[in-house]
Order: sequence, then C-alpha cells, then structure tokens
Amino acid sequence: MTLKKFAVTFVLGSMALVTVGATSMRAQSHVNSPDPALGTPSVDSTESHIGGLTGHAADGKKLYRRFCIGCHGPDGNGQGMNAQWIDPKPRDFTEATFKCRSTPTGTLPTDDDLYNAITRGFVTTNMPAWRPLTPQERANLVAFVKTWSPRWAKEKPGTPLTIPAETPITIESILHGRQLFQKLECWKCHGPQGHGDGPSADTLTDSKNNPIRPYDFSSGSRFMCGVTNQDLYRIFMTGLDGSPMPSFADVVKPDEAWDLVHFLRTLQPLKTQEAGLWQTYKAAHGADIKPIGPDAVAGGK
Amino acid sequence: MYKWFANGADRTRKSWVRPVVTCALLMLAIVIGDCRAVSALPTRKVMAIPAFARKYGLPCSACHTAWPELNNFGKVFQDNGYQLMNDRDSLIWQNPSYFPITFRITPNWHRESTGDQPVDSIPGGGTGSTIISRNVTQAAFDLSGMDLWSAGTIYKNISFVLLPSSDATAVWHFESAFLRFDNIKGSSWLNFKFGRFELDNLISEKRFLFLSANGGFYQTYHFNVPGSINDFGIGDNQIGVELMGHNADSSTRYSIALLSSNEGGTNLTESNLPGGLPSNRSFDGYMAFTKSFNAGSWGYEEFQAYAYVGQRGTYYQTTSAGGGGPVPLVALGNEPFYRVGFAGQLHFKNLELLPYFMHGHDSAYLGTGLPDTAGLPIGAKAPTFNGGFIEGQYFVNPQLVFFGRFEKIGVTQQAFVNEGAVPGNFGDVTAYSVGYRYYPIMFSRGGVAWHNEYSISKSIGIVPLSGDGSGLPPLLPTNGVWSSSVFIGFDFDF
Repeated sequence: MTLKKFAVTFVLGSMALVTVGATSMRAQSHVNSPDPALGTPSVDSTESHIGGLTGHAADGKKLYRRFCIGCHGPDGNGQGMNAQWIDPKPRDFTEATFKCRSTPTGTLPTDDDLYNAITRGFVTTNMPAWRPLTPQERANLVAFVKTWSPRWAKEKPGTPLTIPAETPITIESILHGRQLFQKLECWKCHGPQGHGDGPSADTLTDSKNNPIRPYDFSSGSRFMCGVTNQDLYRIFMTGLDGSPMPSFADVVKPDEAWDLVHFLRTLQPLKTQEAGLWQTYKAAHGADIKPIGPDAVAGGK
Repeated sequence: MYKWFANGADRTRKSWVRPVVTCALLMLAIVIGDCRAVSALPTRKVMAIPAFARKYGLPCSACHTAWPELNNFGKVFQDNGYQLMNDRDSLIWQNPSYFPITFRITPNWHRESTGDQPVDSIPGGGTGSTIISRNVTQAAFDLSGMDLWSAGTIYKNISFVLLPSSDATAVWHFESAFLRFDNIKGSSWLNFKFGRFELDNLISEKRFLFLSANGGFYQTYHFNVPGSINDFGIGDNQIGVELMGHNADSSTRYSIALLSSNEGGTNLTESNLPGGLPSNRSFDGYMAFTKSFNAGSWGYEEFQAYAYVGQRGTYYQTTSAGGGGPVPLVALGNEPFYRVGFAGQLHFKNLELLPYFMHGHDSAYLGTGLPDTAGLPIGAKAPTFNGGFIEGQYFVNPQLVFFGRFEKIGVTQQAFVNEGAVPGNFGDVTAYSVGYRYYPIMFSRGGVAWHNEYSISKSIGIVPLSGDGSGLPPLLPTNGVWSSSVFIGFDFDF
C-alpha cells in the first residue's frame, strides 16, 4: 500500500520536475548556464599547470557556475547579477587583464599567479579567499578562467619577475625609500601618510572607467596581491594592470625598490623592524623631517 | 499523529486513488505556477535577499551544496564568524539600509501514516467498542514552521545569530541566539561564543535536506532508551559557552562547550516554551575534534570525533505550601549520562556520503526514572544504545540533488532486564528516507526549492519520533510501529 502510493507520487513528482526543470533552465540559461563555447572554441581542452596539478577547464566550468557566476557573470565579463552592487567591480576575464601578476605589465599572468589570486582573494573587495576549495578545484578554475579570452590561445604568459635578495633593513634604506615616495609622486594617490587620500585619489578610475581608490597603508597588513615584502616589491615592479598603479620596473633599480618597500612598511600599523627603526629615527630627528607633499624635500635633512 | 487522531482520520479509506489524484493536481499546479514564476523572473531587480548573499553578492551555491546544507566554503565562512575576512566584513562597510535578516517557511502537502495504533473498534467508542490495532492515515496541505533568521557581524570579529522560530501555528521560541567573539588576539584558534547555539556537529541537523515528519530529523540525535527520563538530544540547540578554533581553511577544528544541563532550556527550565519543568544547577560538557583531508579531485574527506557528558536531575525540590499539590522548584539528584561517537562527510566528486555513529549511556537512575535517593530495583541496569546512519547525496548540478538515508538504532542494554514483558529490542529504530530537491530559482538573493521526500521508520514497542513526537505506542511492546511520510512542498528562503 505505502510503497505503491509512494511510487506513484514519486513518478508524478519526477515528471513535474522534468517539466519545471526544462522550463527553468531555458528561462535562466543566461544566468546559470554559462556557455563558454561563445568565442572560446577550445574550452574543454584548456588546461592549467600549477606545480604537479593539472587543471581542466571542463571541470572548472562547473565550479565557475557554482561559485563565480554571480559576480563575474555567465559571460566572464564581470557583469554578473551582483556586479552592479559591488565596489570595486568584478574582473572582466574577457580582457585578460589582471592586477596580480609576477609577469611584466601588459603581459598575461602565469597559471600560478591566477591560482594564488584565487587562493588569496583580494582584501578590501568582495573577492574572498577560495582556500576552502581543494587545490585541484582551484587549478580547474584557473583553466576555465583562461577560456574567456582569445589572448590565452595566442600569447604566452610573460616571464616572471626575478626578485633579488632583500637588502638589509636600515634607516638609510628607509630614508631613501621615503625620498623615492616623494620623487615618484606616490603620495599624489596614496597620500603623504599613505592613507590613500592624496590629491589625485578622488579622480582615479580603472581601465573600465570605474572609480577606484588607492591603497590605504594604514588599513592593515595585507595588500591586494599579497602580504610579504616580496609581494610588495612585486606589486610596484609589475604594476597592477587595469588600475592606475603603474609598473616602476623601468624607473627604479632593484635596490631602490627594496628601499621603497622598507619605507612603505613604516606606513602600516604594524610592529615591524622597519617601523621600529623609523620611530627611533623620528624621536631623535623629528624636527628635521620634512613632510611629504608638493612642496617638500623628502628624506629628512 | 495525535492531532490526526483527534481530528478524526478517515481510517476506512482503502483506496490510493484520492491521494494520487490530489498529488497529480498539485503537481500540475506546481508546474503551471512555477513556469509563470520563472518566466516573470527579474534577473536584476529582486528586492529582498537572504542576508549573506545580499551582503557579499555571492550566489547561494557558493556557501551551500544545496541550501540549507553548507559546503566547505560555507563552513569556513561560518567558522570565521560569518566573515569572508577581506576587511569588508564589518557592518560599517554596508549600506545603511542593509539589514541581515532572512526568513524561511515551507508550504507543503504531506501524508502521514502510522501502523499499529490503538483505536476504538467502533468510531466514537461507546458500548461494544474495544481497543484494536489499526493504521491511521491522514493527508493535507500544510505549513511548516517559520524561521526568522538574523545573523552576521556586529563589528569586525564580533558576530551574532538571532533566530526566532515558530511552529506551524506561530508559537515562537528562540531557536538560537548568541554573540561570538571571533579571532581573539588575531588567532582563528580562539573564538568564544555565548548564548544558545547548535553543537559543533559535523553533520548538522539544522542544515540538512530532509523535511518530512519521519525523515526531518536524525533519530539518533534525539534518541533515549525508552523509560529513561533523560531528555537530551545532541541535535537540539544547547545554551552555554563555546570555545572553538580552526585553521585557515578549517581543515582542522576543535570545539569545547560548557552548557547548562537543561537541554537548551530558557528561563531556568528544561524547555524553550512556557510551562517547562525547572532545570537543575549543573553543567554539561561537549567536545568535538574535526579533521579533513584533501582527496584530490574527489574533494575533502572530513572526520569528526565527539563526546558529550552531562547530568540530569532525577527528582525535584518541591513545595506544597500554596496548596494544590507539590510544585517542582528545582531539579535535584543529578545523574550522569554520555554520548560519544564519530561522524564523516565524505566527498566523491558529485556524491557525498555522511556516516554517523553514536554510543549512548545513561545512569541506571535516569534509565529507570527513579530518584537517586532511592535504591534501584533488582536487576536494574544503566541503559545503553548504539545508533547511526549513512546518508547519501548526489548533486546532479547546483540546482538538483537526490538524497537518501538509512538509520538504525539498537538498544544494547535495557534499564529493566528482569521484566519479561520488555523485549531486548524494545525501542529499536530503523528508518529510511529518500527524496530530491530541485532549485528552480537559486539567485544570489533568494531561493526556492521544490522538495519531494518519502520516509518511513519502524520503532519497536514505542511511539515513533515522527517529527512532532506525537502518536501512540502499540498495544504490545514487541510490535514494530511503522510510520511513513510523503512530503511535497516549496521550501523558500527570502
């Protein structure tokens, strides 16, 4: 008795399910069923290689639909249903322009760069750290992200930047970094105190003409593209493509870049060696330190 | 079940035609209604949104395998105090109009049938009527209870939950309410929770996929050996404090909780609702350790070991000063019990298996329901049981999941071994549930699931724990009471 009733109910339910399912899928296909075949003929064969892992776009497509589509959109152009509410806006994968790279400005990032970005997320944005996904799943997502732009089929990633050994952290290095901060006009965007409130801050836009705020060094320990001194070095030597932050690779030498790193660390609310040295110096030479700004001569005396 | 009785179930109905026709009409209505809803669906202008999706702009599927069940990302989010840890979690970053609230209710049609129910041989009783055993079946459109769930962050690293919950008749209680201090001293290993909350069960009964009267709870999570006055259920929210920690991806977690010995009761009673008996002055403890392993393309394989040690009173300090008989004031004579076991959440790509095992042990005084100031009857034993289940879920895609469960509880030691009328398997439970959920609408801002489920359970000699806990024991303690549920409904989350 019970079994018969259950069976009939279940069959009827299944029939309705199929009907509803088909209708819903049609109605929402633009929302929930990204069709990467549009403009990306080799979707399923695209791979990523991260360490010993090989990511597969076909598997990544399912993950993209589950996790990413709401912001990055069914077409990978950053026009997901939530994009209008999000600031800063989600990445447009069809442009293949990425902020966090180990490669020179204007070039494609490596698979590792994309993998690290997915793993780390982006502080002060809506992009979370996807560390809870397995490494294989993240590798699959990297492979799928590469299907959105034909650039990946035509170009190879740039050669990763070689980061030299860090120079000693000294007060001289910090002072020289401070001079560079003035000279390179970093303060115009990031502000004299690194609070992201420079005179140009309110005018900045990204490559999609969306307003964008410069990084506020006083906000914490993490940067958009990492947390270590090496990450910071890499940021201004490669630039953040798609944002107003340029590459300084042609402007500063490696030693100078380290000096800049050491100075920028003093702007953060952290108990670092750099901050300690700077506080000691300020206590002894405070009156001699000229403020950073349009009329200042940076670097102390 | 009791209500079906009281309202006069049509016990003479033998044909299955009527329920089938009803079901078919329902399906037709569902199909037509759903098509309209989907066709008219605005993809960008939905005004009301579930709390976290609204806050972060992530789709439901980012945190849920199939809501309400959390996936690994959702668990990490929960462990972080409902924070993505991107320095935009504090409410200060939200639009002032943001209000972190969600509600959930499930209009449904369900059919409940229970065998071996003692009924009058002549409806209405009277002369010549005797008590006989018979199936009692009833079916109707219905409502579930409602959750009005508010949760999120008060400030960076200070999170909260407030969950007023009602039954289908709008009798409300606080299912959950706590404040949590997250990442104390910057460490994810130190999180402190204060209030009423769900225990750190790897397999959450609060977030599982089953809704029917027989399948909508884990029997093991609420089982006590028949005759025991212990009211503990590991699936029930408890009240107290919890220290919990985890690593960055929550692959290693611990939880230590100190809880009032009153089954999560409020107002110093053993119940959330008015009229509960007074509680005692003791505390329980719960510990859980969870570890997950990366199984490559299969996903993460999670394992948890847990232990709950508690006490319950066996009699009351009473007063008869007011007349009208003794009034219980506070529970006394605490006697111990414990529950230990393990759980797993195993992923095999789209297939998920959830094994669970529990061993339960109550003091002989709890088992016999006697005050511990009295001597135990000869042969009285501390009752024990082993229970567990294996649940399977297959995710066809983020919008469609099939699920099933087999559950078994065996009483390994009865409290009264010298009473011949009590069979050794008295209280044993066997339960099966199958079903599917289809999510025609799974926005980042709301969701609808169409839920179909069938469940059936057998309880030896006792009242089935069929959802609302009503029903009647069979005439003979050796009889197995079969209770089945068919559940069809729209589960929606706003």
